[in-house]
Amino acid sequence: MTAPTSGMAGTSEGAQELHARNETDPLELLREEGAVLRLPEGTVVDPGDMSVEIAENETMIINMGPQHPSTHGVLRLMLELDGETVVRSKPVVGYLHTGMEKTQEELMYIQGSTNVTRMDYLANFHNETVFSVAVETLLEVDVPERATWIRMLFMELNRVSSHLLFMATNGMDIGAISMMLYGWRERELVLAFFERTTGLRMNCNYIRPGGVAVDLPEGWREQILAMCEAILPRLDEYDTLLTGQPIFQERTQGVGVITAEAAIALGATGPVLRSTGVAWDLRRDMPYMYYDQLDFDVVVGRYGDAFDRYAIRLNEIRESIRLIRQIVDLVPAGDYRVQDKKVTPPPRGRIDESMEALIHHFKLFTEGFKVPAGETYVAVESPRGELGGYLVSDGSAKPYRFHMRDPSFVNLQTLPVMLRGGFVADAVAIISSVDPVMGGVDR
Amino acid sequence: MSDQTNEEEAPGPAPPELLHGSPVTWSVGQKVVHPDRGSYLGLVEALKAEGFNVCIDLCAVDYLAQPGRSLPDGVAPERFEVVVNVLSHGRRERLRVRVQVPEADPVVASLFALHPGCEAMEREAFDLFGIRFQDHPDLTRILMPEDWEGHPLRKDYATGRVPVQFKAAPASR
Repeated sequence: MTAPTSGMAGTSEGAQELHARNETDPLELLREEGAVLRLPEGTVVDPGDMSVEIAENETMIINMGPQHPSTHGVLRLMLELDGETVVRSKPVVGYLHTGMEKTQEELMYIQGSTNVTRMDYLANFHNETVFSVAVETLLEVDVPERATWIRMLFMELNRVSSHLLFMATNGMDIGAISMMLYGWRERELVLAFFERTTGLRMNCNYIRPGGVAVDLPEGWREQILAMCEAILPRLDEYDTLLTGQPIFQERTQGVGVITAEAAIALGATGPVLRSTGVAWDLRRDMPYMYYDQLDFDVVVGRYGDAFDRYAIRLNEIRESIRLIRQIVDLVPAGDYRVQDKKVTPPPRGRIDESMEALIHHFKLFTEGFKVPAGETYVAVESPRGELGGYLVSDGSAKPYRFHMRDPSFVNLQTLPVMLRGGFVADAVAIISSVDPVMGGVDR
Repeated sequence: MSDQTNEEEAPGPAPPELLHGSPVTWSVGQKVVHPDRGSYLGLVEALKAEGFNVCIDLCAVDYLAQPGRSLPDGVAPERFEVVVNVLSHGRRERLRVRVQVPEADPVVASLFALHPGCEAMEREAFDLFGIRFQDHPDLTRILMPEDWEGHPLRKDYATGRVPVQFKAAPASR
């Protein structure tokens, strides 16, 4: 395969890039122009209903990223522009690829959650839960109720922190710099609780196969409720600052529109899908853990534009806080990890007094535990959509294959649809509204 | 006694469950269909017509080191497997499709025409496993650099094979 020459030495990705029209496969050209749905047989395709034969020399292909602050990490977007209008676009990813799925095959199950927590680094508890539940499914281990409730609590807290970060970056991308400061400030409240419990603000490695790493700290209920008290009124301030503000509305309403059919065809999930009016939330529609015992609403948009995606996330913070307040009352007493000696290391105190516990601890951490052969797919609703894990075990202490279905990776495919026909300035708002996390995209 | 009555009630093994002509197995409570390469595209199309409207995930597995895995009768194990997870919004159901792909000819039909959202996922499988998807509009590497040699998630692709260039340590003064 010969890579077409590119003028940008050093950053060239060859065939992966957006190429001139005459060098592009017609089907691919349609895709880059945002045509998603195949027309039924027999329908005559109008080649580009919007961009009627644009002369080659009138358009320009430019790069946005990978080092642009609005591209959220290292997303590179190649845009074909006609004046200031985006005609065609293609996301180029892979700049953060470190082979984490390969690494996962080298790590024992007991070490695995350390790796997955770094994939989608803004939804680390969701990553850990997917991996842990997949391992537990194959092990056929029943996790104690308390551990499951703690997992749900942390996943909802994680959703709050992730959406607060979206509020911050979305505000920053659109020019509301003060919003950036407020978003980071509120997120810090949540991260401080993570640090108090797990020892780390991000990449916590807290949820592990068999339960969670440590029990909740002293006074956790009061701390969480105080945090909810602090965050809720500030969400109303966001409403004042952004939701009702004419400049923000102008920048986001009617920008980056996608239809429900296109979103479903492209496999989009999460706020991107819900903004089109499809009320699909795994927590409600295919309940896992104890979500069926909780009372919450699925926030749905209507127009499928950047504003809807913003409003969905803002209201999902409120719903998550509603969930957290219910969960706090429902967390039962009991074990925070399964008392199965095959999976769980002995408590620290026992190691000092018992030789058997020391041996057990040593064996578990050097050899790990074996998981019966089999395969399973586990999915949870992460802040960005369906986060799925496909685990194949061959009966050894290391996963044979662990694939993470990351919502950002799939949701990025909606960009050519949303960007088409918009301005370059809107591109910034649109990328931001998809809220991709490149750690998850590239894995 | 009871054994004998059971045998009389069930003469011979039960016929395998079929879905659109492909054998069905259950993996820890999840339904899995095993089509061959020829019926793969038709099966996904039939499933889409049945209501499995979203292709939520597509990935590949290299079974080089695990040839004796359990598969239903009539499905010959091959080195590669393409695993597709489809989801039905209406029926709130998931279904997994596992296709065997031989090492000598790692080609399988692309789902792009049915589920355009497979585009990036098929590129990922091509990039990391070297499985080619027929009629895919843009089958290029997606995560690895374009000039990368080999397909890293294959089992015979060892880790740590990339030579790393270290600069000479500065001489101490």
